Amino acid sequence: MSSKTKTMWNVGLIAALLLLLFLLEQVIPSGSMFFTVLKKGAIYALVAVSMNLLNGFTGLFSLGQAGFMLLGAYTYAILTIPVESRNSVYQYFDGGVIQFALPVPVALIAGGIVAAVFAYLIGLPVLRLKSDYLAIATLGFAEIIRAVFQWDKLGPVTNGSNLLRSYPTFKSVLYPFVVAGICIALIVLLINSTYGRAFKAIRDDEIAAEAMGINLAHHKRLAFVISSFFAGISGGLLAMYQTSIQASMFKSAMTYEILLIVVIGGIGSVTGSCISSFLFIACSEWWLRFLDNENLYIGSFHVPLLRPGFRKVVFAVIIMLMVLFYRRGIMGDKEFSLEKISNFFRRKRGKKEGKGGASHE
Amino acid sequence: MSDILEVKNLNVSYGGIKAVKDISFSVPKGQVVTLIGANGAGKSSTLRSIVSLVRPESGSILWEGAEIAGLPTDQIVSRGITLVPEGRRVFSDLSVAENLKIGAYMRKDALDEDLKWVYDLFPRLKERSWQLAGTLSGGEQQMLAIGRALMSRPKLIMMDEPSLGLAPIIVKGVFDIIREIHKQGVTILLIEQNANMALKAADIGYVMETGRITMTGSGAELLENDEVKAAYLGKAKEK
Repeated sequence: MSSKTKTMWNVGLIAALLLLLFLLEQVIPSGSMFFTVLKKGAIYALVAVSMNLLNGFTGLFSLGQAGFMLLGAYTYAILTIPVESRNSVYQYFDGGVIQFALPVPVALIAGGIVAAVFAYLIGLPVLRLKSDYLAIATLGFAEIIRAVFQWDKLGPVTNGSNLLRSYPTFKSVLYPFVVAGICIALIVLLINSTYGRAFKAIRDDEIAAEAMGINLAHHKRLAFVISSFFAGISGGLLAMYQTSIQASMFKSAMTYEILLIVVIGGIGSVTGSCISSFLFIACSEWWLRFLDNENLYIGSFHVPLLRPGFRKVVFAVIIMLMVLFYRRGIMGDKEFSLEKISNFFRRKRGKKEGKGGASHE
Repeated sequence: MSDILEVKNLNVSYGGIKAVKDISFSVPKGQVVTLIGANGAGKSSTLRSIVSLVRPESGSILWEGAEIAGLPTDQIVSRGITLVPEGRRVFSDLSVAENLKIGAYMRKDALDEDLKWVYDLFPRLKERSWQLAGTLSGGEQQMLAIGRALMSRPKLIMMDEPSLGLAPIIVKGVFDIIREIHKQGVTILLIEQNANMALKAADIGYVMETGRITMTGSGAELLENDEVKAAYLGKAKEK
């Protein structure tokens, strides 16, 4: 397949997917769990890919994702609450200090930029650290940010530990898909550029990369800032999805969820992160719900053990099994592509016919 | 012939330990210069300090007459010095072709010609251009490491123990390549424990012992020197 037809196929596939989503939205009631999973899945896919850019492609083990999402989410919410609702939202702070509202896309990007600026500043000292130490430092940063945003003194801006709400949100499932899709496409372009190659070189061997003339500090900072930018945007999307936010939501557990998605999907695989994000959200929010039902009968048999919260036990076991049997994640460091699938089927058909499948080319 | 690289009174230490003590040597343009010596003599530290992977403590490093000691590595590489690091250090999860392209990271111009040049030098790499570098054999990885360094079109290529851990027949191949690169006009600074092979290939040799240069001479002279023979070539002193 030439690269041109490949792009055509991919664009066609994406268009078909969006059309399918659009049609489903007309048919299935909008409150359905199906859409909840799709919306949250798309948002998590974006943040997982942004984390993968850092952990999987640049080899920087960072656990600050929740902090950068918080920055994005708060920036978005603070900048978009309509002026007339500010008095009720900031009821303890006399309507807050900000008395204007920005359009949604501008605020989303501003969220990304704020996250990126913080990442730059934090990165200056922190990126000198390696592996586990970097993880600890970034995790600490995320926790500090969460605490600072709950601080009363900052109330006129952040509304202290109270909810931020009444900002514009999205209804259609297409919205997070389009935004996350564009962002992921940008990340993929970056990964395939010379910068991406330099990131991968740093991941594989820092000393050799430096000897080739790759400026380690500069490239690590670049990866960190870009990753945080997209984490910030996904934070903004998450705020829209949740319709109200509070700093206490962005716990380190959230970072671990994202890390889990990245690991299950395959460290170093963008498509793996996307696929595992939807699977993860579907499992944790939807498919295992029936396990929480205490009165589940199969025929007249009362299924034992089930009680609220039991799904989490099963979920944990599933994850352990996943990690045991798929050590490198669903995709490893491979990418899912139409070409590979078509090659796979071609080869299969060739085998069935007992002759080489190459004649189909 | 003019010296392309001149090292004067170079000192390198790690914490309190002095690895390189006040050494001076020069590399004339278009020649093969070798530093030989036992483990821990300070050979690698010397090379690494030339490209600023380690900061020299004091001393000066003149490249084409200009001071480069302590400059950031990327600037030194873009001036035309490349290091083939010890132990090959190819990017094992990247393909052979990607490895080569990273070698040319500092350059913004087209690479096709250089890729062809490297593939002509190492036809093996061309056959395996889509293979992950980690799956190559040791000798192939060494060739990739040299090819990767050549992609930056260096004026001086510095090799840190290119024969390390390779079978004798492959070591011979590596030295054939070194001669070939030299013929094409690249200046070479070579570090070796395999003194015999290195001195045969070299125009000028320096012997390093515990951080100091103790002997200098042409490759052929050092090969005949009794002390060198005893210490590095495994031949007893003739009485």
